[in-house]
Amino acid sequence: MEIPNSGERKNYLNAEYGIRSWLFTTDHKRIAMLYLLSITLFFFIGGFAALLIRLELLTPGGDLLTADAYNKAFTTHGQIMVFFFLIPSIPAVLGNFLIPMMVGAKDLAFPRINLISWYIYIAAGILYIHCLVTGGVDTGWTFYPTFSTEFSNTKVIEAGLAIFISGFSSILTGLNFVVTVHRMRAPGLTWSRLPLFVWSHYATSIIMLLGTPVIAITLVLVVLERALNLGIFDPTRGGDPVLFQHLFWFYSHPAVYIMILPSMAVISEIVPCFSRKRVFGYSFVAISSIAIAAIGFLVWAHHMFVAGISLYSAIVFSFLSFLVAVPSAVKIFNWTATMYKGSVSFATPMLYAFGFIGLFTIGGLTGLFLATLGTDVHLHDTYFVIAHFHYVMVGGAIMGYLGGIHFWWPKISGRMYPEAWGRLAALIVFIGFNLTFFPQFILGYLGMPRRYWQYPPEYQVLNVLSTAGATILAVGYLLPLVYLLWSLRYGAPAEDNPWKATGLEWTTSSPPPTFNFDETPVVTEEAYAYDKMPLPEEVTLER
Amino acid sequence: MSDSPAVLEHAEHEDRPELRHHFADVEQQRNAASLGMWWFLGTEIMFFGGMFCAYLIYRRWYFPEFAAASRTLDLKVGTFNTVVLICSSLTVAMSVRAAQLGKHKQQVRLLFWTLVFGLSFLGIKTYEWGNKYKEHHIPTFDYNVISGEGNIVKGNEALLGIDEVQNDPVKLRQRQEEIQQHTKIFYSLYFALTGMHAIHMIVGVGIFIVILWMAHKGRFTPEYHTPLEIAGLYWHFVDIVWIYLFPLLYLIDRRPGA
Amino acid sequence: MSEHSEHIVPARLYILIWAILIVCTVLTAWVATVDLGKFNTVVALGIATFKASVVVLIFMHVKYTSEKMTKAILLAAVFWLLLLLVLSLTDYSSRPQGLLVPSSSDLVRMV
Repeated sequence: MEIPNSGERKNYLNAEYGIRSWLFTTDHKRIAMLYLLSITLFFFIGGFAALLIRLELLTPGGDLLTADAYNKAFTTHGQIMVFFFLIPSIPAVLGNFLIPMMVGAKDLAFPRINLISWYIYIAAGILYIHCLVTGGVDTGWTFYPTFSTEFSNTKVIEAGLAIFISGFSSILTGLNFVVTVHRMRAPGLTWSRLPLFVWSHYATSIIMLLGTPVIAITLVLVVLERALNLGIFDPTRGGDPVLFQHLFWFYSHPAVYIMILPSMAVISEIVPCFSRKRVFGYSFVAISSIAIAAIGFLVWAHHMFVAGISLYSAIVFSFLSFLVAVPSAVKIFNWTATMYKGSVSFATPMLYAFGFIGLFTIGGLTGLFLATLGTDVHLHDTYFVIAHFHYVMVGGAIMGYLGGIHFWWPKISGRMYPEAWGRLAALIVFIGFNLTFFPQFILGYLGMPRRYWQYPPEYQVLNVLSTAGATILAVGYLLPLVYLLWSLRYGAPAEDNPWKATGLEWTTSSPPPTFNFDETPVVTEEAYAYDKMPLPEEVTLER
Repeated sequence: MSDSPAVLEHAEHEDRPELRHHFADVEQQRNAASLGMWWFLGTEIMFFGGMFCAYLIYRRWYFPEFAAASRTLDLKVGTFNTVVLICSSLTVAMSVRAAQLGKHKQQVRLLFWTLVFGLSFLGIKTYEWGNKYKEHHIPTFDYNVISGEGNIVKGNEALLGIDEVQNDPVKLRQRQEEIQQHTKIFYSLYFALTGMHAIHMIVGVGIFIVILWMAHKGRFTPEYHTPLEIAGLYWHFVDIVWIYLFPLLYLIDRRPGA
Repeated sequence: MSEHSEHIVPARLYILIWAILIVCTVLTAWVATVDLGKFNTVVALGIATFKASVVVLIFMHVKYTSEKMTKAILLAAVFWLLLLLVLSLTDYSSRPQGLLVPSSSDLVRMV
């Protein structure tokens, strides 16, 4: 696989050619690229499932898909987007690529385990795709028994096993990051000088390590229950389906923090760069990452308020869910304060960061509606929930991901993407996103349930708006695919530090050499020393 | 936190072929490997922990049935097997010590005994499971605790509340059905827990076969025996899981004549 | 464990610990046959925790390591497991029927 690059110097892309040099690489940057290709593929498969859903929902009747096929569509969309796209995305692509450079190391602590984690992810992905093409799964992404264990006629076991396997990829990635941050920092790089990107990924890794094993064992129990007809989750045989929900959500709630923290990591890098200012309240932002990870483990039963848990337990979890909003709010406040009296410019990454801050705030606040017992009773299992989590996952996490891809694209590829197209795509994504999901808040409030393939005619207008938005959003996602690929061949060659950003990764060439640094860097100052950095040249719109 | 910064020392990379290029020195490599293994064991605690959670809930719900089912596990065999595993932990710890002292032959011998103990544990476990199969205590395979070879009601009538409903055929049938179901949950968890433990033992045996071979080839010295050390940590962890499984599964209620 | 000069545990200590573990195993099996009422479980888990601690401290060298991370990871993982167990239990124990599940026939009657 030959990718043309900017300079004649040896870098990680041209160091070796040939498919074997990629499939057997231990270079964290190449592994990041392998992940980039695979998760992009899964993103579009999951996006296709979303397309089916939104097309079906254009009309109140069930005309495009059968009810069973619709169930498979939303299950597939959820499982692929959560397990095969969002959870790996930023950590496996940007985290893998950047963390060793940000700490001044030549590679992660365990390069071979890094490669193995990608193979595990691919194996899981192949198994899941096989499951899809041989029948699919229709239980909803949450696999609730007893439907999943006894009554569904679809390939639950295969899907469960695929996701079980993908969990190990997650665990190994988290393991690598934690050990790297502890053991491989360059001289002078104390914890209080680490980029916030690293702090956030560290917190994410803790969640991956402590949470993923629980869903692993839960899926094992579901597979065993279904295969051997055991009855541990069957209430007619003395089992408890709510036990499954406790075990499932113990991971799956912290999982949403696995999905958002890396995105917050990206925002923490973009905002100071395009405000030319140090991050306001660095230690607060750093600690808030750890707080989100910790408190995030204490709130899981807010997914189960109407499942039959005790009222007293629900009150406790509701209170804790309010608490977890606080560290997120701290971050939003601090990023905004960073921009205040800064020299703000509107390059593409910063547009995505603005989008993130606005949309994540809406998503986060609507989470509080759901954390309140009185309102949740009405909103649970409606489109309000769907709108809420898409605001945080798409308006939040994916915008952060795209912002990060654009911000570090010069470093990764050695090329500049065309800025005009970048800004246009960001705008299209923002408009498309809001048109898709804002109507869903209203739909949910008006009572439209989720996972329904038919609905009363009075909901149609909002559904049509939502589908129109989804089409625009799709265009917004396809554009970067096109112009980023275009830039690999025709983009302007990138200098080492086109954004004049702080951070060790910007001190190497674009693209970096295989071992990152010619000499081990020595760190002598705080992160985000923007007062000492020159301003970048005016970011002009080219082409 | 005490972390060692990375400083390039080219010479050490040439001297020590086991030193990988991205580490500055052997000490850093060993620290990283050790930290990695401890974190991995942390994930394993959460992995088994999920099953312990399920076990905990159902044991509180169905204590009499759990107690009666637990009694069908052979206490002497279980105790003996626990002893076997503890012996294997001793031999592993001693073999790491032998490596630290440069005692090559002792290392290899102790690793060999570790494997013997490990495989014995698995053999004894297979024997126990075989018994469960014969008694129809394996869910799905002709499961039956009410009659036949696997009857656990006999001798446990008071515990299981059978004597109260002896004379009412409807209530008796109902209670028997419940006992079938609730004990099945015990056995499901028993096989899930001991099965998962056995899988970890098998993986451990596989790892130690490789470690034994490496030791035999003289790869471990007082300066470098990291693979042996971290494999040892894994083995001890699997032992600790069993240390908890034994009382939780075998010793629920062994009071005579309850 | 990561010390600059590795601590070598004397063989005698290993063998002593082994003997203690064996004794505790036999002890716990025997105590289970004695009627201590509610305390049977407490004693059994207490002995198990003692055995586990001894394996962790001596066999796994945690007593001798200068590495704070090892202890931190162990405590974190155990604490997290307790979080799962305790918070789930708060749900089950505060339900109307408490920790005693009514028989399925009662449940049918309740619905």
